[in-house]
Amino acid sequence: MSYTMITLVAVISAVAADIWLLRTRLLLRVDFWLAYAIMFVFQLLTNGVLTGREVVRYADDAIVGVGNDVASPEFIGGGRLFYAPIEDLMFGFALILWVLGIWVWLGRRGLQRTPVSGPPRWRKGVEPAE
Amino acid sequence: MTYLLVLAFIIVGSGWLEWGLRTRVLRRSRRLLLALAIGSVPFVLWDIYAISVGHWSFDESQVTGVVLPLQLPLEEILFFIIVGFAAILTLEAVRSVRGRPIGDEAANLTAAEPEEPVT
Repeated sequence: MSYTMITLVAVISAVAADIWLLRTRLLLRVDFWLAYAIMFVFQLLTNGVLTGREVVRYADDAIVGVGNDVASPEFIGGGRLFYAPIEDLMFGFALILWVLGIWVWLGRRGLQRTPVSGPPRWRKGVEPAE
Repeated sequence: MTYLLVLAFIIVGSGWLEWGLRTRVLRRSRRLLLALAIGSVPFVLWDIYAISVGHWSFDESQVTGVVLPLQLPLEEILFFIIVGFAAILTLEAVRSVRGRPIGDEAANLTAAEPEEPVT
């Protein structure tokens, strides 16, 4: 099975886990998508370093785009975005959704629901909940 | 060392949230460790499989060279731990700023319901 195929299975599994298995339904929450958007920007940056400098190399027949067998990756193009194969970006989405689903699920089951997050240090006049 | 430096960047880039936004993730260490342990399992298995069949490989001049059993570079295990930690920090950072329920609240709140009054 190619990297592409496993990636699709991973994304579908992570979505199914969030909706039906864990029932965390993070996909329906704006705050999850805000967090994902922030992480996506940093993923482009860090994934771009790892793939652009060819720390990680891909077999040509493993991905939709062009692997590292004969040529160096393109910045954008050849199935790549910021040097990263599009599969990497979906891999990241599946990993983030799955880990955050487990985190929220554990909290919902009562494991260290507290201390809660916030407020930010710069917000004056709000006592942190202890 | 390139890979290790990228991982260090992720720790620095997200770690400050624990202090600056009071995310209190480290103070929920059992929940954190369990989430990272459970969360990493399928991806580590996937990684081991992908390396074994050659889907991806690593430039030996840019990794530490420390290889765990099943041909897993040390950096790959660290990757799942650090990225998972960063993801949890980011979600809790959004929660710190916005104060909206995310699904693990004691009162079983949903997004449609009003927040609990601050007492």
